Order: sequence, then C-alpha cells, then structure tokens
Amino acid sequence: MEHFLAKFAKHIKKKVIELTRLIIVISYLEFICLLKIDFWDFTMSIIKTINLNKIYDAETEIPVHAVNDVSLEFEAGEFTAIIGPSGCGKTTLLNLLGGLDRPTSGTVTIDGTDIIKLSSSEIIDFRLRNIGFVFQAYNLVPVLTAKENVEFIMQLQGIPKQQREERVLQLFEQIGLKDRLNNRPGKLSGGQQQRVAVARALASKPKFVLADEPTANLDSKSTSNLLDIMEKLNEVENTTFIFSTHDSRVMKRARRLVSLEDGKVVSDNNQMEHR
Amino acid sequence: MNTLIKMAWRNIWRNKKRTILTMMSILLAVFLSLFTRSMQKGSYANMISNAVKFSTGYIQIHKNGYWENKSINETFVNNKEIISALKDENIIFNIPRLESFALASSGKHTKGTIVIGTVPEDEDELNKYSEKIIKGEYISSNENAILVAEKLAEYLKVDVGDTLVLLGQGYHGITAAEQYPIKGIIRIPIPQLNNQMVIMPLKECQYFYSSENRLTSISLMLKDPERIDETISKIKNKLSNKYEVMAWQEMNQEMVQAIESDNVGGIIMLAILYMVIGFGVFGTVMMMTMERKKEFAGMIAIGMQKTKLLLMVVWETVLLGILAIVLGLIITYPILLYLSHNPIPLTGEIAESMKMFGAEPILPFSVKPDIFINQTISVIIIALVAVAYPLSVILKFDVLKAMRS
Ligand SMILES: Nc1ncnc2c1ncn2[C@@H]1O[C@H](COP(=O)(O)OP(=O)(O)OP(=O)(O)O)[C@@H](O)[C@H]1O
Ligand SMILES: [Mg+2]
Repeated sequence: MEHFLAKFAKHIKKKVIELTRLIIVISYLEFICLLKIDFWDFTMSIIKTINLNKIYDAETEIPVHAVNDVSLEFEAGEFTAIIGPSGCGKTTLLNLLGGLDRPTSGTVTIDGTDIIKLSSSEIIDFRLRNIGFVFQAYNLVPVLTAKENVEFIMQLQGIPKQQREERVLQLFEQIGLKDRLNNRPGKLSGGQQQRVAVARALASKPKFVLADEPTANLDSKSTSNLLDIMEKLNEVENTTFIFSTHDSRVMKRARRLVSLEDGKVVSDNNQMEHR
Repeated sequence: MNTLIKMAWRNIWRNKKRTILTMMSILLAVFLSLFTRSMQKGSYANMISNAVKFSTGYIQIHKNGYWENKSINETFVNNKEIISALKDENIIFNIPRLESFALASSGKHTKGTIVIGTVPEDEDELNKYSEKIIKGEYISSNENAILVAEKLAEYLKVDVGDTLVLLGQGYHGITAAEQYPIKGIIRIPIPQLNNQMVIMPLKECQYFYSSENRLTSISLMLKDPERIDETISKIKNKLSNKYEVMAWQEMNQEMVQAIESDNVGGIIMLAILYMVIGFGVFGTVMMMTMERKKEFAGMIAIGMQKTKLLLMVVWETVLLGILAIVLGLIITYPILLYLSHNPIPLTGEIAESMKMFGAEPILPFSVKPDIFINQTISVIIIALVAVAYPLSVILKFDVLKAMRS
C-alpha cells in the first residue's frame, strides 16, 4: 500500500512537472506571439485613435458631436482621403490627429506617444518633429521667400545650413518651382503657394502630413498638379499623406477613403480590404 | 536667432505708412524731450557753475558759525593746520576771501553792498574775472582800487575814474570808512551779485575792515566736482572743529531748491512725452499683433514655439524704438551741439523772472552724454512695457480660433 502510494505520488509529481513545463512553453510562445504582434503593430501603424470623441458646446442644450467614437489606424506610406459632407467632422478629426485640438475623450497615439498627455509646448515640439501641415489657405509666412519658408521649419529644428540648402533644392526640384525660390508668397499663384506649402510640410521628413482640403482654393489644373506632386513625394520619400476633401476628383486619387457622417466613420475601404 | 530679427525687420516694413507714422511720433517726442532736457540740464549747469565761480566755490572753509550770522567777527587767520588740510589731489585751487557788508555812496546815492576782498590774480586765473570787465580795467593785488558791479554802478550813477565812499563796521566794531577809485565795472552773471558787489584786493579789504590777515572764507575749486563728498570728509578729518566745511549745495540752498523744483516739472513733462511714445508703440504693436493672428496660428501649428513668436514681436518693437531713437538723435544732436556753444539770449518778461530766481537770462544747452543715454534706455524700456500686453495676447492665444477667423 505504501509502495503504491509512493509510486502514485511519483507519477503525480512527474505529471505536474510535465504540465508546468507545458504551461511555461505555451506562455512563452504566447508571450513571443504577443510581443511579435505588438512589434508588428508598432512599426506599421503610425497613428492610432481609440474611441475618439469631440463634443462642442457639451454644456449647452444642443451639443455638437463633431467626432463620434472614431477608432482608426493609419499606416506608414498611406495616401488617404477623409471624405464626407460639409460639417461631418473632417477638420475636427484632422485637428485631433495633429494635436491642434484636444478630444473630449479617447486617445490619439502617434508612433507610440499618447499625444493627449503632452503639455501644450511639448505638443508644439512634437508637431515640429513629426507632423507636416498643409492648410487650405496655404498659410505661408508672407515676409519670407519661398525658399526661406521651407528652410524656416528646418531652422526651428536646428538643422545645419548646408543640409537645409540641399533639402530645399531637392524639394523645389520635386515641386517644380526651382525658378521661384526667391519670390515671396504674395508673388506666387495659389497653386504655387500650395506647392511651396507641401514642400514646407515635407522639409523635415515628418512621419506624416496632414492636409485639410489642400485643393479647396485651387482650380482643376492646379489641383491635379498638386496631387501629382503629393503622389510623387508619397512614392519617392514614402511620406504618409492624410488629407480631407469633398472633391470627387481628389477622392479618386486616394488609395484609402475614410468616409465620415455626423462625426462617425461610415465606411473605410482599408478595413474592407483587410477583412 | 537672426531669422527672427530678419522676420521682425521685414514685418515692421509691411505697413510702411504706419511704421513711419509711429516712428515720427516717437521721433517728435524724443526731440522734444531731448531738447527740454538739454535746456534744463544746461541751465542748471550754468547756474551752478556761476554760483561756484563767482560766489562760493565748490567747498568753503569758514570759522565755525560764520555762515549763520556772516559777521566780520567770525573770521580766522590762515594757518598751517588749514594749509595741510587743503593738500589733496582733488583740490586744484584755493582762494582766500574776506567778505562783508558796507554802505556805498557817491553824491546823493547810497546803497548797501557786498564787499569782497580777494586775490585778483587768482580769481582771474581761475574764473576769468577780467573777461567780465565791461568798462575800465581789472585790478591787481597791490592796488588801492576797486571794481564795481554793473548794476550797482548804474544805481549809484558812478563810472570808471569816480571815487566811491564805503562805510562799514570792521573787526570788533571798529568803524570802517574809506574812499576808493573805481578802476573797472564788472558784469557778474549772478543777478543778485550784479546788483550789489564791490571787489577789492584782499590786503586792502583786510585793512578796510581792520582785520589784518583775517579771512571769512577759503573757497576751493575741485578737479572732479562729483567727488565733493569724499573731499569734504577728508578735509573735515584733518581740521579741528573750530572750522566749518561746507559744500556749494549747502551754501546755495535757494538755488538748489529752485533747480530741484524745476527739475520735477521737467520730469513730469518727460513722463507725458514718454506716455505719448508708449501709446504710439502700443497702438502699432497691438495692431500688428491683432491683424496677424491667423499668421501666428499657422506658425504655431507647424511647430514654432510661442516663446519664439514672442521674441519676434519683441524684436519688432525694439527695432521700431531703436530706429526712431537713432533718427531722433541724428536730428537732435547737431542742433543741441550748436545751441550748447551758442546759448539763446532771453529778453523781456522771461528774462526778468529768470533774474528773480538768480539765473542768468540765457538758455544754455547741455550735451552731456547721459542725457542721450538715459533717453535711449528710457525709450527702449517704454517700448518693452508697451509690448507687454500684445505679448500676453500671444501667450493666451487659441490657435484653432485664430485659424478659423
Ligand atoms: N469651435 C466650434 N464650436 C462649435 N461647433 C463647432 C466648432 N468647430 C466645429 N464645430 C462643429 O463641428 C462639426 C464638424 O465641423 P468640421 O469643421 O469638423 O466639419 P468639416 O467636415 O470640416 O466641414 P467642411 O467640409 O465644411 O470643412 C460642425 O457641425 C461644426 O459646426
Ligand atoms: Mg473643414
């Protein structure tokens, strides 16, 4: 009896050890997998929003839910248009992505940084180093020449002169304005100004470029020219572009379309592809 | 960062008309304040220099109590103690004087006068008395003749060559009476003294007042008048308390007070002009800030820190101020330089009222550097104060709101 008990105990012990080993191996594999998935996620999606909400006039009788529970991911090298009718929340969403505005709730993570937690001066520096902006109204500095406008952002970053010069020439080559380097914005057409603005946004090789209706003030020729340039830069420099538009010709050029209605994502062809 | 200065410079020329107008208003205020300040400082310096030269010197040594009752009995004899106390590198000259009152009369006219016995050669070397002679000749030490102040001569209706009878009280009550030939008429730039002064050689004066070898004062001229306090305390340390050592400020209290109260008026005027400057700068910078809100918003959005933006606006203000002040100095300095060499003579009522205050009726101008330095610093400080509010606007600035507008 005693012998049997001892044998049984030994057997149990063996089983327990085996089981423990198994558990360890499985959890190790799991851990590796988790790590791998995380790592995968980390490299590929540069912007990630989770349950993003922006409510204007929340305390009044008619609050405006400008961005409603938006969870999106954007990956490096994307060429994406945010579309939807006027007032659907495109500008608000882009402002949240670029840290120009703070959400009512939810998070915006850019390359692993939760930008909502940054202080207002930290976020300015974050924008300087990570995000390029193109505005509908160009917003070039009027007292600086085209070249100085592009150089300015690199100066803010503390890039040495030699490097700045090279980059400026490279970019002006790309946007086809080498002959207008020393013109002030006032002497350039709207299309030319917007091309300079794109060059400025790209000057310091940001992680991505946000453009809120960049073609809204342009005629169709300038529009297609600007899109050509954006596409080329997207390919050559692998810069991520996220822009809003309600121009159907512009939408056609986008590789991914995120469509909003009343602040909600109603369709996203990227997700359709994936599933 | 010089890009900020470059941007600031270009920004102030975006609205040329407004910038020029603002600069003109600053310039006018700078011109006015420099002009009045130069005039005031010039007048003060002139009054002080006249008082020091023709009356008290920078420092005087008396027998203790002399200044209180100005009596011929409170005199002293120059001695070794005093001579050694006056050996100081800041004392370049000392003039012994005997000074008292006397009645002067000629014919039917009589007037109370101040009689000053001094060493004519020393006074001339130091204070150029002989250049102030308007008629006749200057006197010398061993002469038995006098100089009469211009207005006193007019009053007594005497001229060079006439004799003047002096009647006074000498040392310990001894009667002093003598008559002296008038050798010259002197114009003294202190109206009070010009009305009643008689100058004679020290020796003769001591004889007249029966106070051989006695002095009422020794006046000291200084190399560096700014160091007067230091020199006084040095002398005091070496002298016994039988003597009093006084600074010109103490002996010319009325004048010092007149200067002080006039100076307060000048400072009030300056404050008003500075306010004009301040509001001019404020208005312009405020407008420049408000109309560029959208531009600033764009700059912050692309990653320019607000502090850099602030710095740019500060540069704009400082450049505006410096430009205006440099122009102001370029225009004003030559004018003031000319006027400092050619003071404007005054006539009429103003001249009379100036004489009542004991001032010479001219408008002298000063071109002392501190007037210009103070002005420059003040304008820059005012500009920086004026920019404070626009800066706070930028600090509180809502980027999105500005972008939407
Ligand atoms: N500051 C604000 N205060 C209150 N409501 C606002 C504010 N900004 C935007 N909204 C509201 O939020 C909603 C979304 O606005 P948003 O500007 O994002 O739309 P949009 O898609 O960019 O429109 P459009 O195509 O006309 O530019 C709209 O209903 C708008 O009225
Ligand atoms: Mg919009």
